[in-house]
Amino acid sequence: MFRLEVRTSTPAWFNLALPLLAIAATLILCSGLIALAGAGVLESYGVMFTASLGDSYAITETLVRAAPMIFTGLAVAVAFRAKFWNIGAEGQLLAGAVASCFVGAIPMPGPLAMLLMAIVGAAAGAAVALVPATLRVRFKVDDVVSSLLLNSVIYYALMALIEGPWKDSFSGYPISPPIEDSANFPVLIEGTRLHLGVVVALIAAPLIWFLIVRTTLGFRIRVTGENPEAARYGGIHVERVLLSTALLSGALAGLAGVGEVGGVHFQVMSDISPGYGYSGIVVAMLARLNPLGVVPAAIFLAAVMTGAEAMSRATGVPAFLSDVIQGTALLAMLVALLFTAYRIRRVGAAA
Amino acid sequence: MSVVLEQIFQVGFLAAIIRIATPLAFATLGEMFSERAGVLNLGIEGIMLLCAMTGFTATSLSGSLWLGVLVAVLTGMLMGALHALFTVALGLSQHVCGIGVTLFSSGLAYFLYRLIFGQQSVPPSIKGFATLPIPLLSDMPVLGPAVFNQFALVYVAIIAIPLAAFVLYRTPWGLSVRMVGENPRAADSAGVSVIATRFQAVILGGALMGLAGAFLSMAQFNAFTFGVVSGRGWVAIALVVFGRWDPWRSAGAALLFAFVDALQLRMQASGLGHIPYEAFLMLPFIFTIVAMAVMSRNAVAPSALLKPFRREER
Repeated sequence: MFRLEVRTSTPAWFNLALPLLAIAATLILCSGLIALAGAGVLESYGVMFTASLGDSYAITETLVRAAPMIFTGLAVAVAFRAKFWNIGAEGQLLAGAVASCFVGAIPMPGPLAMLLMAIVGAAAGAAVALVPATLRVRFKVDDVVSSLLLNSVIYYALMALIEGPWKDSFSGYPISPPIEDSANFPVLIEGTRLHLGVVVALIAAPLIWFLIVRTTLGFRIRVTGENPEAARYGGIHVERVLLSTALLSGALAGLAGVGEVGGVHFQVMSDISPGYGYSGIVVAMLARLNPLGVVPAAIFLAAVMTGAEAMSRATGVPAFLSDVIQGTALLAMLVALLFTAYRIRRVGAAA
Repeated sequence: MSVVLEQIFQVGFLAAIIRIATPLAFATLGEMFSERAGVLNLGIEGIMLLCAMTGFTATSLSGSLWLGVLVAVLTGMLMGALHALFTVALGLSQHVCGIGVTLFSSGLAYFLYRLIFGQQSVPPSIKGFATLPIPLLSDMPVLGPAVFNQFALVYVAIIAIPLAAFVLYRTPWGLSVRMVGENPRAADSAGVSVIATRFQAVILGGALMGLAGAFLSMAQFNAFTFGVVSGRGWVAIALVVFGRWDPWRSAGAALLFAFVDALQLRMQASGLGHIPYEAFLMLPFIFTIVAMAVMSRNAVAPSALLKPFRREER
């Protein structure tokens, strides 16, 4: 007989084992779709791997794709740590993109423009995230639904801009004017798209880890999430912590948008984010809300995305497999997390 | 102003409102059943897309519209069962699972569609539902052609609204749904199976989301495109809140949104609008967020929403 027992603590190796287990389960489940498409499973995954991580150019492309998801993953991880349910990283990213595009289009020295783009983009994301947090703190409004609905508000605001005042009067396309050339983030390796923003994303992860694990604010965020009553009893102003968390989370999501404008697209269009905000939720869950884990989790998703296109060309399996993998990975990870709450014990038949 | 009034009372305009409201009414009722039982289903956006795809595919392969509707409904029930498996049986967090279900379902919809139909410059279409005038009623002035000369699925929606209210408020099962959404522990003591009732409500919700998806790809657009749902699932989430988790109010909210949407389309077409049409599309979301703040004083949301039920935790 087996029995489920409530676990009181989890061993540290779980942090690595659970995501790997979830990813393995995902790849096995999705191999059914590859077989359905009539392609070889190992061959398809092989192409996916070599095209995304097989050579140095592929790796730079994957990193460029991972950067926005590192930021949105950090945004979600920070928010979820405090149990501020920020489903709105997508809208915060778009707000950051729009705001930084405004600034980037103003002629000024390059370094100054980049710095201002980052500051204004982060502020815009933070401002958007502050809405659901304020509503929750002031009016006890559920943050899941309000942050989700704000995504649509911001999306339509962006559309109104690019189809209205921003519309390219020359071509008539609904795209914003490009930012100044001097504001384009420098490319770090000649012949690739690896831009400064990617390095900033990679540095942001350990910084946020330090903030969460080693600083007073981080401690307050964790306690507020784990046990708000105890936090309050211990003199922590829980409402203020939630608002600070929202500002930090929104700023990080906003920076994802800044990176896309400054380093990849140099302007804003309706599909500037293929759902990076929602992918951030997948990344954060795979990372078990650990900021350091966000980097490999984002690189995994980015590798799947870049690899899927090459796989599609080589084997004919639709590239949308990457979307299925993303959703399956999130669900598999949630199931895997059950192992942290329960353990399976073998018990005697008599018991 | 008179121009606007003239537009409103045109038959075509009224008919357009009804057509836009129909998928929203199905989706909103579906989400409402799920939430009344205490389960937020953020999978709705993806479930509608997957159902639009499977329904369209079944019709395009078999030639039968109603078989397509059936397949869409079954797909919705299956995805509802999947969401319930994660959130009700395993007690995992509803919002994250919902996003997972949406990502998974929409990915699967894109993947299977591309696999079955390949990449074509002109997306394949089907001969969708034709309008089905109801004898006598369709001869009424204004309302007749606007309401009673519609697709069969529109009539299904019109019947579904009072039926949903009846089921929720007047049947033992409806009482169980409300109990497990308000106070699962009391429901459990009264001998109601919380797990089973929640499963049933989420699956019924999925079936209604299936009808919403089927309407989009088989009556409104007669084709499946990747943007066929384009946020209507999120609109439904907003409308449930705006309609205070009540079938009548939710359906009314769907109608109101459809009015705003139809008005927006008219203004765009007639070139009347100085206001960007996106401003109208934002309205339901902004209204809902404001309404949530206003309503928060008198808690109308199901009390056990978002809370998993585990029997042993007493």
